[in-house]
Amino acid sequence: MDIQVEQCNCSELTEEEKLERIAEVIEDYRHREGSLIQILHLAQGIYGYLPIHVQKFIAQRLNIPLSEVYGVVSFYSFFTTSKRGKYVIRVCLGTACYVRGGKKIVERLHEILGLDVGETTPDGKFTLEVMRCIGACSLAPAITINDTVYKQVNPDKLQQIIDLY
Amino acid sequence: MVNLTINNKKISVKEGTTILEAARQNNILIPSLCYLENVHVFGSCRICVVEVEGARNLQASCMVPVKEGMVVRTNTERVRKARKLLYELMLSDHPDNCLSCQRNQNCEFQKLGEIIGISKERFDGEMYMSKVDDSSPSIVRDTSKCILCRRCVTVCNGIQGVGILNAQNRGFRTVIGPPGTLALNTVNCTYCGQCTVVCPVAALQEKDSTQDVWNALSDKDKRVIIQTAPAIRAALGEEFGYEPGTLVTGKMVSALREMGFDDVFDTNFTADLTIIEEGNEFLRRVKNVFSGVPDTLPMITSCSPGWIKYVEHVFPDELDHISTCKSPHMMLGALAKSYYANKIGEDPRNIFVVSVMPCTAKKFEITRQEMINNGCPNVDAVITTRELAKMIKDAGIDFSKLEEDTFDNPLGLSTGAADIFATTGGVMEAALRTVYEVVTGRELPFDKLHVESLAGFEQIKTAEITIRDPVPEYKFLDGFTVKVAVTSGLAGAKKLMNEVAQGASPYHFIEVMGCPGGCISGGGQPRPTNDYIRQKRLEAIYKEDEGKTLRKSHENPFVMALYDEFLKKPLGHKSHELLHTHYVKRGIYNEYLE
Repeated sequence: MDIQVEQCNCSELTEEEKLERIAEVIEDYRHREGSLIQILHLAQGIYGYLPIHVQKFIAQRLNIPLSEVYGVVSFYSFFTTSKRGKYVIRVCLGTACYVRGGKKIVERLHEILGLDVGETTPDGKFTLEVMRCIGACSLAPAITINDTVYKQVNPDKLQQIIDLY
Repeated sequence: MVNLTINNKKISVKEGTTILEAARQNNILIPSLCYLENVHVFGSCRICVVEVEGARNLQASCMVPVKEGMVVRTNTERVRKARKLLYELMLSDHPDNCLSCQRNQNCEFQKLGEIIGISKERFDGEMYMSKVDDSSPSIVRDTSKCILCRRCVTVCNGIQGVGILNAQNRGFRTVIGPPGTLALNTVNCTYCGQCTVVCPVAALQEKDSTQDVWNALSDKDKRVIIQTAPAIRAALGEEFGYEPGTLVTGKMVSALREMGFDDVFDTNFTADLTIIEEGNEFLRRVKNVFSGVPDTLPMITSCSPGWIKYVEHVFPDELDHISTCKSPHMMLGALAKSYYANKIGEDPRNIFVVSVMPCTAKKFEITRQEMINNGCPNVDAVITTRELAKMIKDAGIDFSKLEEDTFDNPLGLSTGAADIFATTGGVMEAALRTVYEVVTGRELPFDKLHVESLAGFEQIKTAEITIRDPVPEYKFLDGFTVKVAVTSGLAGAKKLMNEVAQGASPYHFIEVMGCPGGCISGGGQPRPTNDYIRQKRLEAIYKEDEGKTLRKSHENPFVMALYDEFLKKPLGHKSHELLHTHYVKRGIYNEYLE
């Protein structure tokens, strides 16, 4: 998945500007069948997350039911309906990372940041998520923080990584 | 034609037929669950698996088209084991409180368990959280009962084009419902109830109002009036084992009397009245448009509360097109608590009006603020055909042994025009029977008074009638061609409304019924409703119409007496107050209500 998309400077855009950009994306894709996932992906990149009012905005412009949009958003773990932190930490729990201790990384991050999976720190700095395979199996266990990949992560070194941010 | 072998039986079926259909056509019943003929072919439950020679895996027979030379076995040990296992897995996540479930003995999941010989629960699985959404006055959702067959999703999205229900979340947490945790009464659900008709279990059903009715019947101070919609008499019998299409009007009236209702009235009476009011409203609109007075055409019928809620959500700017007439049972309620209350010297506050409706949206309709006159709700409770059947059984009435009885007057007499309100095209035909005669002084020039092109189950039907040689009052209509359209099911309504919204509708008068086929296959009708049963109910309704001496609403003597004694004239002051209403802009996300 193209994580780059999430790294634009959209946080500086106003609400109206963000919706305007999402509207442009919808216009680009509206005539291509099966493009809802693409639109949601790009919209999440622009808006940061997909709250219900953004989903309504998309549903209305595509002239499809909100239940369909929400169905797709709630199906894929990549999509989120709540605001995420400045830095999104994703722990890979694909097969290779899982057997090499991915679960332990999640537990340690929970201790360090006080977060359950899907949660964001009160200061809005970190969000903890898990992913099923980021395609870096040879580097297992791997995590990503925004678009930086950390390989062969040792749970005991996690604090040092976090301190970089 | 394609030749194949099923269970050593050589058969020949049309190309494109699925294995399941081919088997059924040849009297081989493959057990199935999610499959619903002509509605839902989805393959989600896999219960209908069969062995196909040459295929490694078992095949879902509802999804696989037949091929020349195919060899199919539907009843091998492998097949039996597989479908049992599938069933047991579903059962492991299904509440086992069958005895206290509303669908007990009427549950497709339960029936299937019996057919495939399930005798114990092998798996003790994790149960999906039970969430009951009873926020709406019409429909109750219980997610713990849901088996994820998705029939309701197909009906809500594909057939009705509304799209309230869809699969949310994933895997074990999958739930069929509105987006997120939104309750049914906060979204643009029309309460048409088609989902409750197709649900094989008790995950979707009407909100039970039977206790409210029993309470009223037990209250010695209440005068309890019941009325039955035109579509009930053609379907209620199915709940008592009668062949679909058996008319049980007389027995139904007897049953209601035995249950203790003080007056048994017929919504048909106010269907006739609706034709007088709505027909005059149509003529007023036409007259205005002809003489340059601003008015709105096409006019669209207003009997179907699911349709009304739909148009308020989806086309909030087009509400001027909707006839201001209340639906017939609301009119009857309003008259019962005014005209009739006066007649019998009863305080309207002591009158409790119950409507038996083929409809779940009617339960919502009676809660609308517009349906109150002089501080009294027009109608106090709505029960569906299914609920009435339950009450009759509960009352210990042996339905098949009942004598035939007739409705009470004055609100019980009706013409054939009222009967056909039950079916798609019926309201329009009834209106034309009267309007044409008012304008020309002659009978509607169709065989048996049936406008053939408006009958049947096509999604959109149209007719044109040219006025020749009208009576002096309508001289201006000489040579004018009235164009009408009829649709049933909300997907069809959307098509016609898109034209209306663009100002491009060629029609003057449109009939919309929210459910496909009209009220005969409404959301409150007996399960199942399929193409065969729908057709049988339709035939019964036309039979009831043709069997009557009076076939035109304006010939109803009690309706005429009602005008003489009370209403004075169509669209008059009293009518306006009691029989007409207005609509509410809602918007697709209820944004106009906020």
